[in-house]
Amino acid sequence: MELSGGEILIQSLQDEGVEYVFGYPGGAVLHIYDAIFRQQQVKHILVRHEQGATHMADGYSRATGKPGVVLVTSGPGATNAITGIATAHLDSIPLVVITGQVTSKYIGTDAFQEVDAIGCTRPCVKHNFMVKSADEIASVMKKAFYVATTGRPGPVVVDIPKDFTAPHIKIPYEYPTEVSMRSYAPVSGGHVGQVRKAVELLAQAKQPMIYTGGGVLMSESHHELRKLAQELGYPVTSTLMGLGAYPASDKQFVGMLGMHGTYEANLGMHNCDVLLAVGVRFDDRVTGEIEHFCPNAKIIHVDIDPTSIAKNIGVDIPIVGDLKVVLTRMLELLAQDSRRANPEDIARWWTQIEEWKSVKSLAYEASDSVIKPQYVVEKVWEVTKGEAYVTSDVGQHQMWAAQYYKFDEPRRWINSGGLGTMGFGLPAALGVKLAYPESEVVCITGEASIQMCLQELSTAMQYGLPVKVVNLNNRYLGMVRQWQEFQYEGRYSNSYVDALPDFVKLAESYNHVGMKIEKPGDVEGALKEAFAMKEKLVFMDFITDDTENVYPMIEAGKGHHEMRMHPKVGELS
Amino acid sequence: MSVSKHVVSLLLENESGALSRVAGLFSMRGYNIESLTVAPTHDPTLSRATIVTSGDDRTIEQITKQLNKLVDVVRLVDLTEAAHVAHEMMMIKVRASGVQRDEIQRLSVIYKGKIVDVTESTFIIELTGNSDKLDAFIKSVGDEQILEVVRSGVTGIARGERGLKV
Ligand SMILES: Cc1cc2nc3c(=O)[nH]c(=O)nc-3n(C[C@H](O)[C@H](O)[C@H](O)COP(=O)(O)OP(=O)(O)OC[C@H]3O[C@@H](n4cnc5c(N)ncnc54)[C@H](O)[C@@H]3O)c2cc1C
Ligand SMILES: Cc1ncc(C[n+]2csc(CCOP(=O)(O)OP(=O)(O)O)c2C)c(N)n1
Ligand SMILES: [Mg+2]
Repeated sequence: MELSGGEILIQSLQDEGVEYVFGYPGGAVLHIYDAIFRQQQVKHILVRHEQGATHMADGYSRATGKPGVVLVTSGPGATNAITGIATAHLDSIPLVVITGQVTSKYIGTDAFQEVDAIGCTRPCVKHNFMVKSADEIASVMKKAFYVATTGRPGPVVVDIPKDFTAPHIKIPYEYPTEVSMRSYAPVSGGHVGQVRKAVELLAQAKQPMIYTGGGVLMSESHHELRKLAQELGYPVTSTLMGLGAYPASDKQFVGMLGMHGTYEANLGMHNCDVLLAVGVRFDDRVTGEIEHFCPNAKIIHVDIDPTSIAKNIGVDIPIVGDLKVVLTRMLELLAQDSRRANPEDIARWWTQIEEWKSVKSLAYEASDSVIKPQYVVEKVWEVTKGEAYVTSDVGQHQMWAAQYYKFDEPRRWINSGGLGTMGFGLPAALGVKLAYPESEVVCITGEASIQMCLQELSTAMQYGLPVKVVNLNNRYLGMVRQWQEFQYEGRYSNSYVDALPDFVKLAESYNHVGMKIEKPGDVEGALKEAFAMKEKLVFMDFITDDTENVYPMIEAGKGHHEMRMHPKVGELS
Repeated sequence: MSVSKHVVSLLLENESGALSRVAGLFSMRGYNIESLTVAPTHDPTLSRATIVTSGDDRTIEQITKQLNKLVDVVRLVDLTEAAHVAHEMMMIKVRASGVQRDEIQRLSVIYKGKIVDVTESTFIIELTGNSDKLDAFIKSVGDEQILEVVRSGVTGIARGERGLKV
């Protein structure tokens, strides 16, 4: 088969089984867009901003586990995509981002719309490739998908000069069936001796904790995790990124840990003697002040990326390997060896944890005059029977969504944890909806975050993507306001969001449905009404308490045992 | 933890972007870099780089892991862990007139240097060896006499059977 470079690129996507490409055209990619026009298999979603394209592809990937694909033009197309690439990078999400480049002979001449896309993206990709000739396109694409999806996943950028995609140069096409890269060999199994040691240590624990994260989702090992936790009977906590890997409604789950984690999860960490850390990276939002982190624990850490191990915290039993393989091995070893922790010790530990739980660290002050944001999230959970895909933006609303929507299944909770990118929620939701048109998809957002990628309401209109937007409108950059209240004596410098649009009219102008909800008594009814409109994007503008804070909170420099609780903790139910 | 100097040797894909990935890693993560040398090997698809860096044990461990993670890095070894040779080359241009000429010549013989350029008023001396030796030579010549110094940075190789091969 003889094809042009542009055709080869699209044919490669077909051969990879790609369903959707999220993109935006421009001069450097016009040959590629022409190739898209002349086929049906790969569907192109025209976004309104390249950042939106990367977040959509990212949301699609987080929900499905498949790589997300993006196509943008050179120069501003590439730079607009960078925020989304960095977002995917910090959360280890596989994307293949194709950037057009100026014609090869003009590279380096400050040509029209020339930017060094390879240089600009280098610090925020897993890898990037500059295509050097048309006949390299197929093999580079194969490598790009391979690198993005294997090992610790991540975004890969492929930069292609325009002339290599020109229609008049035809070259033989054959998509490689295999890749071999001598400089890239992702690990799989963990060291058998280390796994054995870990199992032995687990059996000696008196106050154990299982600390789980995004790696459980990436390795699709939630079944193995559930089996292991049930076999051992130990408490399980999760990072923001791992929510849903272990069912939130299970009695062994103690909630999220870290800065806004529960009392029982954080004190469990602080007092544990054996910590099994799986698919986590000991982020500073999780550890609090490192000096106080798990002072008495022996730590087992399983991760596919050696750089995650002992980066921030020293560990006793490091295991480099694919979590699915390692957990399966642990289960095998446990099946062969009946030695277990002393049940009395574990029972005593659970009694202690239940006592911490009884503090009810997530209780909030109910109100019948002003809408409490936590209440809205609880009602969203009820109305969607806990089965929705929930995307979020960044701020207080994100934390409330994580705390009050109980995720029982993996890949349902989709948010930007590492980079904390405001603007992520809406485009991510659209990507999820494309993947699962039959499922409920909700974006829980704030009035400030939603305005960062608001233009994608237009994309939703064009492709008929009926997601539900739950805007927790507190008129503030609430998370910033909270820090200013706690640390700057209430000097609210530039955190009031003035001049808000009428979100109802705004939604309506895109032929969506808009709703404004101002009274607590109207919350449930409004949600039911909105979710009943299966064919419509409904933008629900909830006017919420502008003074509410996220609790518990571990402030800068503090450890897990030094949480700041709701001022009325103990009185609330 | 105490800070020590390490000589890390890498085999890289001989691709245009590979070197900037290595250099970028050091600046992005705030690692020290004392010198970096790189050139293609007898296999033209591979480059060999030597990096001199310093840090405590945990930092050095992260540096080697992070370098290994770069897709263009094929193999890596921390030479400091075992017997190795780490040399650099220097060319130093010195003022050499009158009595100084004899003195500089004698000094260069002691240090096994080679005079590679001679004018009425200057010499260029080429010197190889470990960095301490080059430092000592510079000191012996003295700031007054020195016109220019150019050093290659350290290149290193493990002794014996140990080595970096694909
Ligand atoms: C406003 C705000 C507040 C936040 N507050 C909190 C908080 O209170 N608590 C909290 O937890 N987070 C919080 N975060 C998120 C935080 O910044 C980090 O993103 C998060 O803690 C990282 O989660 P993780 O450790 O699960 O790592 P991830 O980023 O999900 O990384 C996954 C790890 O798994 C590994 N992995 C990948 N694939 C495999 C495999 N196949 N096998 C084995 N390992 C694998 C990777 O190498 C990596 O080390 C907050 C973020 C924001 C924006
Ligand atoms: C792109 C970007 N800019 C700035 C920030 C810093 N920031 C974190 S939360 C926040 C406020 C978010 O406000 P809103 O979306 O209304 O959410 P709220 O906290 O009020 O729920 C800001 C400005 C960020 N995370 N992302
Ligand atoms: Mg707000």
